[in-house]
Amino acid sequence: MQLLLILVPTLPLLSATLLLLLGRNMPQRMVTALGVGSVGLAAAAVAVIARQWLMAPDPVTIVLWQWFAVQDFSVDISLHLDQLSIIWLCTITGIGFLIHLYSSEYMANDSDYSRYFAYLNLFVASMLILVLADNLLLLFLGWEGVGLCSYLLIGFWYADKANGAAARKAFLFTRAGDAVMALGLFLLVAEFNTLDIQQLVSSATDQWATGSLLPTLACALIFAGVVGKSAQLPLQTWLPDAMAGPTPVSALIHAATMVTAGIYLLTRLNGLYVLAPDVLWGVAVIGVITAVVAACAALAQNDIKRILAYSTISQLGYMFLALGIQAWEAGVMHMMTHAFFKALLFLAAGAVIECLHHEQDIRRMGGLRQRLPVPFWSFLIGSAALAALPFTAGFASKDLILLFAWEAGSGGVWLWSLAALGALITAIYSFKLIFVVFFGDLKTEPTHQPGWRMALPLGILGLFSIAGGLIVLPLDQIITIASGEPGHGLIAWISGAIPVLGVAIAYLLFQRGGIEHIGLIQSPFGRWLAGFWQGGWGMDTFYDLVIQRPYRALTQWWRNEPVDLLVAGVTSTATRIHSVLAATQNGSLGRYITVMVAGLILMLALLQGGVS
Amino acid sequence: MSLLLMLLLVGGAIAWYSERFGKELPAKIAIVVLLMAIGFFAYLIRPVLGADSSVSDGLGFWLLVESHVWIPRFGITFSLAMDGMSLLLVGLTLLLGVVAVIASWSEIDMRAGFFHANLLWTLAGTVGVFLAVDLFLFFLFWEVMLVPMYLLIAIWGHEGRAKASMKFFIFTQSSGLLMLLAILTTAVAYVTATGEWSFSYMDWLDQPLTGPIATWVFVGFLLAFLVKLPAFPFHSWLPDAHTQAPTAGSVILAGVLLKTGAYGLLRFGVPLFPDAANTLSTPLLIIGVVGVLYGAVLAFGQQDFKRLVAYSSVSHMGFVLLGIFAWNTLAWSGAVLQMIAHGLSTAALFMIAGALQHRLHTRKLEAMGGLWRVMPRMGAMAMFFVIASVGMPGLGNFMAEFLILAGLFQAWPLLCAVAAIALVTGAVYGLSLLQQAFHGPVAEVNKSLPDLHWRDMLALGALVIGLLVLGLYPQPVIDLVMPTLNAISTMAGS
Repeated sequence: MQLLLILVPTLPLLSATLLLLLGRNMPQRMVTALGVGSVGLAAAAVAVIARQWLMAPDPVTIVLWQWFAVQDFSVDISLHLDQLSIIWLCTITGIGFLIHLYSSEYMANDSDYSRYFAYLNLFVASMLILVLADNLLLLFLGWEGVGLCSYLLIGFWYADKANGAAARKAFLFTRAGDAVMALGLFLLVAEFNTLDIQQLVSSATDQWATGSLLPTLACALIFAGVVGKSAQLPLQTWLPDAMAGPTPVSALIHAATMVTAGIYLLTRLNGLYVLAPDVLWGVAVIGVITAVVAACAALAQNDIKRILAYSTISQLGYMFLALGIQAWEAGVMHMMTHAFFKALLFLAAGAVIECLHHEQDIRRMGGLRQRLPVPFWSFLIGSAALAALPFTAGFASKDLILLFAWEAGSGGVWLWSLAALGALITAIYSFKLIFVVFFGDLKTEPTHQPGWRMALPLGILGLFSIAGGLIVLPLDQIITIASGEPGHGLIAWISGAIPVLGVAIAYLLFQRGGIEHIGLIQSPFGRWLAGFWQGGWGMDTFYDLVIQRPYRALTQWWRNEPVDLLVAGVTSTATRIHSVLAATQNGSLGRYITVMVAGLILMLALLQGGVS
Repeated sequence: MSLLLMLLLVGGAIAWYSERFGKELPAKIAIVVLLMAIGFFAYLIRPVLGADSSVSDGLGFWLLVESHVWIPRFGITFSLAMDGMSLLLVGLTLLLGVVAVIASWSEIDMRAGFFHANLLWTLAGTVGVFLAVDLFLFFLFWEVMLVPMYLLIAIWGHEGRAKASMKFFIFTQSSGLLMLLAILTTAVAYVTATGEWSFSYMDWLDQPLTGPIATWVFVGFLLAFLVKLPAFPFHSWLPDAHTQAPTAGSVILAGVLLKTGAYGLLRFGVPLFPDAANTLSTPLLIIGVVGVLYGAVLAFGQQDFKRLVAYSSVSHMGFVLLGIFAWNTLAWSGAVLQMIAHGLSTAALFMIAGALQHRLHTRKLEAMGGLWRVMPRMGAMAMFFVIASVGMPGLGNFMAEFLILAGLFQAWPLLCAVAAIALVTGAVYGLSLLQQAFHGPVAEVNKSLPDLHWRDMLALGALVIGLLVLGLYPQPVIDLVMPTLNAISTMAGS
């Protein structure tokens, strides 16, 4: 089992290395075998590990080698397998494999096929390292590796400068969070002289009082990294732009890797975060606000991928809400069900886009129900799960979050109300997609149908998006404080009815054309608001004005080295003195004599003065 | 050890002489000389590596010592000594020497013999600086290192070489004179105290200078080292020198010459004048932070590939200054790692810059773009080294900066927070460099450029491996320098 566990991140890593070094000269078939096969084998290994592990569920730690040791501070390269990491392992390799398989058809005609799979493998490997890391520094390696790979894949089609800009934005926004997070790590090193997660949590529990300054500071600093990576307010703006990459990459970023890393980290450190109730409260508030804000933005989009991107931000908000109110299981559960239906939605969107000549604007789609049956049914299931309609996986997890929010102490009612509002909007925009894209008149004729390598992953993910809610997650060894069962009263009925209401509203607005007749939406204010939401609440403009422009202006202003002016000043002064002194040596005898006599007179006068 | 120096000096002379027999001969001779030097170096350090055998001489961290009488009238000796730190830096110097020769293989078409002679001599000077433990000898090597470098820039440099080389020379020479003054003052103070002349590092350690004079003498050393590092605001020679130097010059300058400043601080500045250094640590840390951020801001503003990399050096070497004056072993080990990691990554970036200039005849980033399509090997290499210098975990530069910042945080959390901004600004200019040069649409004139030669790939590949090892298994390096750092820690009383 130890060997198998080591193989899990090593296989994709090895394949990525091989593809990077030799991929350009490999036949496409071999690239596919390596790229898809390595992740497939990793998934198989995870399956074996999970089966064995279910029989003897004890945490396993494998020290591969000592990374470094300075005096008594040492960090190992070591893997840790427990309930939490196994949930993520299954999600990453399982969904990751399906996305790889899908990609082998989707990217088949790309000239950089091998580079694509190299980056994709590296992405999966980094994420696996992240969730298997036994200490925060190795976790940080995976964390940054995920950031790097997202940069590489978002900017995969590098010939277009816009893609490069989107990639850079993703990297820098997440990096800004990571720099703050690094400070959190330094604080932990300074306090406990270790980065081993188990040790940290137990020493912190022993030494830090709940709610005191240090745990609050450490948790807040680390949460900054989470905000960046998991695209929460105010660092969420990179995720909608991350659409610039190939569509399967979006599926990977949004479902199996990258953005769920933040959920993982908070759950992993739950023992530390319970010492900082203020930070947890902040997590819940940021989560629920992000959920509503991003849902509004999703409602106003016209690009099929941007709708899904904002929906991810919004759903991540729900997960953070759950973590913030210490409903850890509900948060992790929603991570998993979301991974199923979001991967399904993105892959289905990819199929639609590809079959329509790379058309992404939903206003130019419609009536595709009969023309593209596989994507239609996938989308229907995915949207139902996203809207959290009853009997879907999304319902199982999101309903849980709403109910926990209701019971979360004094502010619970507010949290619930906002979350319920978000849920309503979510249902509206997810079914807006269905009605606009698949019903109504046919606007663009699809050129072909997706092949089996694209259809099969859709089928499997569709199955899980419905039945995934039945999976019981083992988390009793991870979460120290049991969240208990939420109550079932009137509020449970209301929470369950909200998505249905949302679908009904979507039907009236977008299928029956009701949107044309509502004055508020068509009024100038309504249009302005739609534009404001479509632009992501003006956040991009804000960052542009507050950070980007001033920084560019500063670099332009300093570009020619202000410090050098000082040096240049020394040089020019020396030159000037030189020219003055040079004028005294012009070789004119008369001038010399005059100056000499003047000097003599001056000297005598001074002597006289001294005598008298 | 003196044989190693001799090999480089004589090798330089032979390379010079050989130019009349063939155009490529001097380069070949230089490579052979450097490989011989590496072999000899390996032979030298073989017995001391692994074994726990430091020379039982004085401080207990020297691995090798060697001393000859030179000018007994003033107690000047030809004394060399090697500990873990100098071992690493000498190794780095020789490795980058090979890289430099490879980088300028087809670039130098004028007076190739004299070029390679100067290259080898400046390397000899650098090796001498890292080994000398007699301060008079140290100063001599300091000069041997600088003058050939001045010639390299002045003769084989690019369009603005005259001004750049003069600036380089004046900055380093005037600060070097201050150091000479400081050395002489200390020697005189030593005579006054003991009645005997000595320039020996070990003797001076036994008889530490105290009082206000110590501060002044320390400042004399400090200025020379800060100029060399370079620290803000003494850095302005560096962008000019780097930009105008031939590729080999830039590689050596960034890769090893800058490290002599950091080395000097750790070897001489801190142990000889611990109190003075400690008193001044606050302003020095502040100029370190300023340098880190200022370098990053200016790097982003540059339109010249080499100039951008040069400013990135100002930023990264600021981290070394921070590491040294954070005043704990964690940060010091980071500073030493940073010297090596930055040496490797920047040398590679300058090599790529040279290769680009050789092909495009310009260093302007506007003239580049989309070069990945044309030269995928070069693009991949550039990407690797940019990512390394941005500080990706798993590569040497991250390891170094992590240790420096973790050490700095323990003493100066707020300053550390400010310095951490560079993790973002560093990514800003790094990615901007990469994308401007290798991404985007490719210009018509650049569509048929040849990719990197296998020789270049070999040299860059060695640097890739070096950075990976430093990032994933830096322990051997840390173990090598730890005795020295522990000794410094004792001397500095921290």
